[in-house]
Amino acid sequence: MVTTLLEKEIGEQTIQSTVPLQMEHILNVHDLEIFYGEKRAVNGISMDIEKNAVTALIGPSGCGKSTFLRSINRMNDLIPGARAQGEIMYEDLNILSEQINVVALRKEIGMVFQKPNPFPKSIYGNITHALKFSGIKKKSQLDEIVEESLQKAALWDEVKDRLHKSALSLSGGQQQRLCIARTIAMKPTVMLLDEPSSALDPISNAKVEDLIVELKKDYSIIIVTHNMQQASRISDKTAFFLSGDLVEYDATEKIFTNPSVKKTEEYISGRFG
Amino acid sequence: MQICIYPIMTYFRGVWCIMEKIIPAKERLTKSSKNRMDGELRGKILVILCAVIMISATISITIFLGTKGLQSFIKNGVSLIEFLTSTHWNPTNQASPEYGALPFIFGSFAVTFLAALIAAPLGIGAAIFMTEIAPSWGRKILQPVVELLVGIPSVVYGFIGLTVLVPFVRAHVGGLGFSLLSGMIVLSVMILPTITSIATDAMGTLPKNLREGSYALGATRWQTIRKVLIPAALPGLLTAVVLGMARAFGEALAVQMVIGNVRNLPSSILDASATLTTIITLNMGHTTYGSVENNTLWSMGLILLVMSFAFILLIRYLSSRRKL
Amino acid sequence: MKSKTADRIATGVFVAIAIIIVSILVGLFSYILVNGFKYISWDFLTTPSSNIRAGGGIRDQLFNSFYILLLTMIIAVPLGVGGGIYMAEYAKPGKLTDTIRSCIEVLASLPSIVIGMFGLLVFVNVTGWGYTILGGALALTVFNLPVIVRVSEDSIRTVPRDLKEASLALGITHWHTIKTVLLPSAFPSILTGIILAAGRVFGEAAALLFTAGLSTPRLDYANWNPFSEQSPLNIFRPAETLAVHIWSVNTQGLIPDVEAVSNGSAAVLVISVLLFNLLARWIGSIITKKITATK
Repeated sequence: MVTTLLEKEIGEQTIQSTVPLQMEHILNVHDLEIFYGEKRAVNGISMDIEKNAVTALIGPSGCGKSTFLRSINRMNDLIPGARAQGEIMYEDLNILSEQINVVALRKEIGMVFQKPNPFPKSIYGNITHALKFSGIKKKSQLDEIVEESLQKAALWDEVKDRLHKSALSLSGGQQQRLCIARTIAMKPTVMLLDEPSSALDPISNAKVEDLIVELKKDYSIIIVTHNMQQASRISDKTAFFLSGDLVEYDATEKIFTNPSVKKTEEYISGRFG
Repeated sequence: MQICIYPIMTYFRGVWCIMEKIIPAKERLTKSSKNRMDGELRGKILVILCAVIMISATISITIFLGTKGLQSFIKNGVSLIEFLTSTHWNPTNQASPEYGALPFIFGSFAVTFLAALIAAPLGIGAAIFMTEIAPSWGRKILQPVVELLVGIPSVVYGFIGLTVLVPFVRAHVGGLGFSLLSGMIVLSVMILPTITSIATDAMGTLPKNLREGSYALGATRWQTIRKVLIPAALPGLLTAVVLGMARAFGEALAVQMVIGNVRNLPSSILDASATLTTIITLNMGHTTYGSVENNTLWSMGLILLVMSFAFILLIRYLSSRRKL
Repeated sequence: MKSKTADRIATGVFVAIAIIIVSILVGLFSYILVNGFKYISWDFLTTPSSNIRAGGGIRDQLFNSFYILLLTMIIAVPLGVGGGIYMAEYAKPGKLTDTIRSCIEVLASLPSIVIGMFGLLVFVNVTGWGYTILGGALALTVFNLPVIVRVSEDSIRTVPRDLKEASLALGITHWHTIKTVLLPSAFPSILTGIILAAGRVFGEAAALLFTAGLSTPRLDYANWNPFSEQSPLNIFRPAETLAVHIWSVNTQGLIPDVEAVSNGSAAVLVISVLLFNLLARWIGSIITKKITATK
């Protein structure tokens, strides 16, 4: 899609170059409510997500943080009976609108899941799968992107000699980094990470955490995590969810050292959840 | 319209470069924009078409066979009452043809129930053997056996019935050999795998704690099976039997080869008989298309169709009970 | 200890039932194979059948069986897999889906003789084709379709949800996800199901009696023009299949060597179906191994 659009543009008009707009917020959420059938899972939350920062969503299981995350790239559309009200503004468009082309949206707002889910293809094929669909067919071009995204995901050195081996032959941590690489290859602006390292061993976990910190230079990252240490280590801002409500949302340092709501303190100190 | 910056990679004159490119979000992300949704639509239409074909096949089968099957009553004036209740089938009698299909209807039901009578205990017994008595090795042996039995074509069952069973019945039981008895034995072997596999599923899906609860009370295995498991699985087991009966009711060639095909009501299990399917099989090719006799064959086909609907309704009723 | 005795008797009965079923199968197979093998020869498989004389073979019937099977599969597989995809991926819970499900159920439970009658009505009389291979293949498609739809639906449903989400989250359309992720993953079990269904089609006779007919014109295997009367490839010619042949020689045949011909044919039929079974298992396990090989 990317190249075809560009070619079209070149043919039709001259490329305007402007100074990049300094956008403070990449997403603005207003009064977001999410329902599963009759049950309300998220109760009217509002928050602004910063650009090029890591935002952590924490809270006990079932608090609505994953539901919220999945609504940002409309993955909840897959769940029968799920519907969302309110606004998630992304570049002046409401993501939740009927008019949104979810396929194009998901290219810009990528997602990495809790369990590593590589396709049963080669490592190379995992990354090129979506690129080919986007119209990039040239081998040299694909090779280039594969290398670049694997390097960004800090996986290149480990797999460069076996790009055409099955992705399932990788370890869990490597698989997860491959999933991140495959998302990076699509050049998203926002990356949604749903407990990306909870299924991994501590060493792989550390690698993925380093990677996330590295990635925020290029992407805005929202991460759901159950791991308090992880949230405090890697995130810039932290949002605490409890039974569908956004209880507190602030700079990570503030949340972990001096939260203003008692519930937040109780959760962080491990008194419940 | 707000304009925003979107980094785009492009392959330009042999080098990769990142360009700042302006495409408004509205153009990139709304449905009106040109993107690859057309393939999506094409695919969706394609599979919907497949679904439509299935619906229309079912509807046209019902309509075609329905109208054709009613012709003998509407166009040829055959009495429906006579057709269903008279035992005299003599369509070739020029002076006063008779169209009583009761012997065949009776034959179909008789052979179906008799086959179920043999196959149900065997099939359910085999299911219990696989799930309760020897879940590991028993299943490993019986499962493929059942699958292979399903695979044997019905003409082969008929042929073996004709060459082995019929002479055996004639020599050791009595009668001509071509009989209800032979039909019922052949059919019971044919529906045995159906009953076994569905009954096995029914037994297998029972919650574990049923068994454990019963054993914990000191019940023996047989007591557990009889008093706890069979009652709990009953709707599923009945579904298995009904499905087997549906198959038996519609089976044509195997039965036709062993049952004798006479037009009289059988008076004993050793008498030759006929069923709806066997009469259709035998006479469809020999009668002129559109003649009264031919049309009555289509009416028998309609009975088969109606019965298969009835079996489906019965199964639906049973499975709704299973959910309770 | 009365209940103990009852328990022991019951166990004995269940074991006996299992033994009975196994011996039925062993008996059937050994009868078919032992009796059939002595008649199977290269000659038997390659000479045309005879209507009156002894010594006929099953060349044309064998060819017809495979040809009808092939045609049936060419029609039924795309339709069935498409229907399966619809049911697994697009059908929303509601009246329409319930209706389609009922239709599949009805089609699946129709006796094959009834499908044959429908074929006679539509593909033979309404179209005016007479007894044709195509009519037979279409009737068998009706007979086979629900099986393939179910197999495809079930196989697609068992593909892990993760994979589908992964693909969609990368901005790939639903249809492309189905084509490149779901179908390849479901392929082994769909293929296994299709081969098993093929075995069923191969042995089916009742649906073919009134659609493909009980006779085969004299065929010239050197004639590859599908529009020629004598070409084996002509889809508008009547064709008696192997299964139909067994039935017809036994019930209305005049040949003196009925026993030999039908024993041989039955053995060929059963061996073919057996091969279909083995092939299905073998291919299924090979592909599964290939996919998870490097694990």
